[in-house]
Amino acid sequence: MSTGRPIRGKVLHAGAGSGSALRLVEPLSLWGGLDPGTGTLIDAHHPQRGAQLAGRVVLMPAGRGSSSSASVLAEAIRANTAPAALLLGEPDLILAIGAEVAEALYGRRLAVLVVPADWAATIRDGQELRVQEDGTVVATG
Amino acid sequence: MLRGEQGSGAALAMRLVVRAAEVLRAERLIPITRAHVDSCLYHGPATLDFANALVDGGARVRVPATLNVGAVDLLHPELWHGSAEDADRGRQLMDAYRTLGCQPTFTCAPYQLPDARPGFGEQVAWAESNAIVFCNSALGARTERYGDFIDIACAVIGAVPEAGLHTTEARRAVMVLRTGPDVPDALRHADVLYPVLGIVLGRHAGARVAVLDGLPPLSEERLKAIGAAAASSGAVAMFHVVGSTPEAPTLADALGGRDPEETLEIGLAELRAARDSLTSDAGAAPGGPVGAVSLGTPHASLAELREIAGMLDGQQVARGVELMVSTARDTLAAASQDGTAARLQTAGVELLVDTCSYLGPLLRPTDLPVMTDSGKWAYYAPGNIGAKVIFGSRLECVRSAISGRLWRDERAWGGA
Repeated sequence: MSTGRPIRGKVLHAGAGSGSALRLVEPLSLWGGLDPGTGTLIDAHHPQRGAQLAGRVVLMPAGRGSSSSASVLAEAIRANTAPAALLLGEPDLILAIGAEVAEALYGRRLAVLVVPADWAATIRDGQELRVQEDGTVVATG
Repeated sequence: MLRGEQGSGAALAMRLVVRAAEVLRAERLIPITRAHVDSCLYHGPATLDFANALVDGGARVRVPATLNVGAVDLLHPELWHGSAEDADRGRQLMDAYRTLGCQPTFTCAPYQLPDARPGFGEQVAWAESNAIVFCNSALGARTERYGDFIDIACAVIGAVPEAGLHTTEARRAVMVLRTGPDVPDALRHADVLYPVLGIVLGRHAGARVAVLDGLPPLSEERLKAIGAAAASSGAVAMFHVVGSTPEAPTLADALGGRDPEETLEIGLAELRAARDSLTSDAGAAPGGPVGAVSLGTPHASLAELREIAGMLDGQQVARGVELMVSTARDTLAAASQDGTAARLQTAGVELLVDTCSYLGPLLRPTDLPVMTDSGKWAYYAPGNIGAKVIFGSRLECVRSAISGRLWRDERAWGGA
């Protein structure tokens, strides 16, 4: 069952992936916020502490600019604990670079997109999303 | 360069700089005079794989590059309570960045090293969120928010995309935060206000540039405390303080002569709530036991080391309590010259360099709460090392370390 029209995000790093949506209600710094060993959200100040990010299509309003988040993302991609795709509310250089390094080192391509906030607000947690190489995001269930 | 005629390391660096230019929508690259590199902190095999790809590919930095903290204290390896394997991986990564030509400063506060401070208007590539915000705000030098990998890439290329905070337009404040009339004057003149104000700033500003108004002239240490906290609770990369930071001699200068998008008044109740949010140990009460105290996040300046020594005033840290102060190896060398380090060590203080106590197993294991005067440490330590945190002023921290019991002084906050 399709639940809406596909949208085209702005591609910060191209990749393809699909999974169930996880919408973060507050920005997250991956450093201090994501355990790359397990894919768990560990930021004690974040309301969704304990959430599992691995394999999910994660919608987040913003990164929080920690320099080390690029390393944490690259390590999570290497360790297969990364989200299936990252859909951001605003451009984020640090996350784009983390994805670029993981592709250069391991040939794994995590999609990092900027998507419109009004579209993101219509996505339910658990809804199946498919992200394509060209930045198209399709809700598949 | 992308094709690798200068080696595969330089090609990898150029690939990242080009990607950055695309993300930032820059039309050209501009030269930089120096870099500060955060990539030397081990976060797993990917970080070492990347460094080795640069080393094996023959890359070298083209501009002077200082290094941020690593995982271990290379000068005091006994201050490590984790596995030998983890320490070894952390050390390998720190060594790899020295091989690339970076200077072994291993500090998150390179702006406290006289030779590493950029001048007003200098274009640089700095990583480490607190260093970025200090560089832009307190020094008036210009850096975008660089993170791991892109920092060393810019240092190898010697250039950055012309975008963001490298340009004058992006540096003007778009919001005003003004402390309210109910904020006691004593609090405005207390160090403890500034990490708390930084937490509030980060929450309101997010990634925007804000200007703080209504504050007395601030020391570099207070600007450091604001910035480190604001870059923890928000993505702040620059702020102004009217009368204290170089691009804000007046409010109108900070705003670039335009009207702000938003003006907020910060009252005492909001500040108290932000202060309380930094204490994760809900049951903490005066007189309760304290297991350890961590000071020096960001790394303590020489003035701060002297202040801590003065607060100890010949007294000893309580038996069984650890008082750890993180600083730069160069600052420790200066403190050893003037006798401050000896005064601290005699009192039982542990001086940690090259790393920071919330990055790994550096504090002795304790089930008791750990006290800190740092907004950043308080913010990250629960997630990073599982510490139960009590936030307090530097004097509250030191006196609690001496007695082993939580000591509070609420007077500056308008309380008993």
